[in-house]
Amino acid sequence: MSEPVSPAAHPLDEIPPRDHARPTDRLVSFAKRWLSAALSQGTAMPAIASLVIIAVFFQSQSQYFLSPGNLSNLAVQATLVAIIALGEIFVLLLGDIDLSLGSMAGASAALLGVMITNGHMPWLLAIFIMLAFGALLGSFQGWWIAWLGIPAFVVTLAGNMGFLGLQLYILGPNGTLGIFDPNIAALSGTELPVSVGWILAAIVGVAVVASTLVRYARGGVAVRSLSRPVVVGVLIVVAVAVFNASRGVPTPFLILIALLVVAWWVTMNTSPGRHLFAVGGNAEAARRAGVQVKRIRMAAFAVSGTLGAAGGLIAASYNGSAGTLTGGGTLLLEAIGAAVIGGTSLFGGRGSVWAALVGALIMSGVENGLDLMNSDQPVKYMVQGVIVLLAVSLDTILRRRQSRGRQLGAAIA
Amino acid sequence: MMVSESGDLQADRSEPGRQAAPIAAERQSVMPRGGEAVAPSEALRVDGVSKSFGLVQALYRVSLSVDHGEVVALVGDNGAGKSTLIKVISGVIVPDEGQLYVNGERVVVRSPNDAAQCGIRTIHQDLALADNLDVVENLYLGRELFRGVGPLRRLDFAAMRQRTAAALLELGIGTISNIRTPMAQLSGGQRQTVAVARATLENCPILLFDEPTASLGLKEARHVIELVQRLRAQGTAILIITHNMRQVFEVADRIVVLHLGKVGAVLRPSSTTPEVVVRAIMGKAP
Ligand SMILES: Nc1ncnc2c1ncn2[C@@H]1O[C@H](COP(=O)(O)OP(=O)(O)OP(=O)(O)O)[C@@H](O)[C@H]1O
Ligand SMILES: [Mg+2]
Repeated sequence: MSEPVSPAAHPLDEIPPRDHARPTDRLVSFAKRWLSAALSQGTAMPAIASLVIIAVFFQSQSQYFLSPGNLSNLAVQATLVAIIALGEIFVLLLGDIDLSLGSMAGASAALLGVMITNGHMPWLLAIFIMLAFGALLGSFQGWWIAWLGIPAFVVTLAGNMGFLGLQLYILGPNGTLGIFDPNIAALSGTELPVSVGWILAAIVGVAVVASTLVRYARGGVAVRSLSRPVVVGVLIVVAVAVFNASRGVPTPFLILIALLVVAWWVTMNTSPGRHLFAVGGNAEAARRAGVQVKRIRMAAFAVSGTLGAAGGLIAASYNGSAGTLTGGGTLLLEAIGAAVIGGTSLFGGRGSVWAALVGALIMSGVENGLDLMNSDQPVKYMVQGVIVLLAVSLDTILRRRQSRGRQLGAAIA
Repeated sequence: MMVSESGDLQADRSEPGRQAAPIAAERQSVMPRGGEAVAPSEALRVDGVSKSFGLVQALYRVSLSVDHGEVVALVGDNGAGKSTLIKVISGVIVPDEGQLYVNGERVVVRSPNDAAQCGIRTIHQDLALADNLDVVENLYLGRELFRGVGPLRRLDFAAMRQRTAAALLELGIGTISNIRTPMAQLSGGQRQTVAVARATLENCPILLFDEPTASLGLKEARHVIELVQRLRAQGTAILIITHNMRQVFEVADRIVVLHLGKVGAVLRPSSTTPEVVVRAIMGKAP
């Protein structure tokens, strides 16, 4: 049953060697086919392209933009937005939205402050309670949405206000609680030693190569799909090299990557993860197939609440305090923007957890680059607004192209 | 058998014999009473089912039964209540009154899962497929295959791909060249074949087909009708809705005519004519 597929089975691989074709021609035609394949699948390609454009543009404006020091700063800046965006992606995949994550982060940070500073609780226990608090509030919202069928937009909008009230209530009259626990501060303020960074990169690299070889040996892997592990490996090495040229891999960024890897595993390799996509694509079809739609929906909001609390943890750690402004401002909107820019559809059923990273890097990259150019806040907001608008337009256009394709197909049949 | 990770099926056409094996094996394991035994016993009975949507009485005290190894055609005008009855039996909607019996025993079906547990599989008129997922994921939605244990327990995409390819091949479906294609990119007929493959993936004792050939080409419709006959020979009870009189007379052992939500007539193809059936559909006395 498991004869390996000959590598030449895929059309891309069976280009006959043409003596007269110049290498550049072949390169160009390969790039063209690759680009059109990537675009037609609605992947993160546009986002990655914009990342490159941003890098080139700001580097031309300021020599400092691509320096290891600034890129490390950028990674830390992007972490908070990315964690919230990751939470957002879980509900966006369902076609829902969570407008409460800013206040969720703020309220859980306030709770952390009370537990650590007033309650002198062990830091790990406090973090655990804080994340459970986020999960609980998220499930609470999910219950209204899944079981009562109230639109997520409304429930989480109410949640946003309610949790802000909760945040202010927990903080009490002072309005700010200092959080001086060194372990919590270390979550955002430290870097891995250079050698540890390299060892980690080596371990991950070996794991990627090994798993690829295993898949290859099991058969059924086209040579073309081997390019992805290579790209991932190169990216890891480059990233670690850049961070190590500064002060080492930032701890919060490492936490983010760990969260992304777990989220990726769950969404790609487990049935609840795949059911997120199924429900987002066609909830009634999923229900008829026996998917526990309500449970999936509630679980997704529990996850987004937990990640909102995790964002609150990173923010509190970074600021050394929990205040009335923690989780406020444009954080939530930047996170939603990041998720969408990264290629997550607002209509549900399409996207990837990596959108959180790519999107957050774009949002923070623009902010960071404009800072380097000494731009004012008004300009920054306007540029970010334009970027989000373009990203959503692209999403809508891709979606329309897809569905038009189907209607055409149905009409012909 | 060869299915690449990219899902291309080109290399597969050559050896149909080998792919059919796992499916057949699966059939054996799911069939409760063995493949050949075609005892004329009642598989499904619907008793006095009513359902109204607001002022519309979609079904009124409908009763019918399907035996093992029997094909019952459910016919009627648009809006007669055929799909509503299918939805009641498959647990998609809960009826206002009435009972279901499977193998003579009273069952309570309040969700699609309940129906699946009673051995009922359905092709819905609207197909109920997720457009954003590919053929493999749609086929296995809600009953995925796994490998590994503990925290490493994960979906076994390789196995699902192989069995999907085998299932499509067994159905004689050659028009879908890549099983990793998202549903959104398939034609109406291709989507319908996927829905058929989905319902017949395991050999369930009771199958409900709501217009399974409505958007199929001649060859594909032929395959589905042959499939229905094959399944009947294996003892499956089949309730099939179709507007195609030729199909009705080709496959049905009995014809149940629904008219305005009520059973208008029950006829046998051997002792009636299409004209009589059409008159019954229009609510005229034979
Ligand atoms: N969800 C619903 N809400 C309200 N009315 C409904 C609903 N589903 C069906 N109906 C009504 O119930 C009646 C029967 O519909 P049903 O779909 O069962 O017809 P049908 O026999 O399958 O017709 P067709 O041949 O067109 O598929 C129709 O009058 C329809 O308008
Ligand atoms: Mg119908």
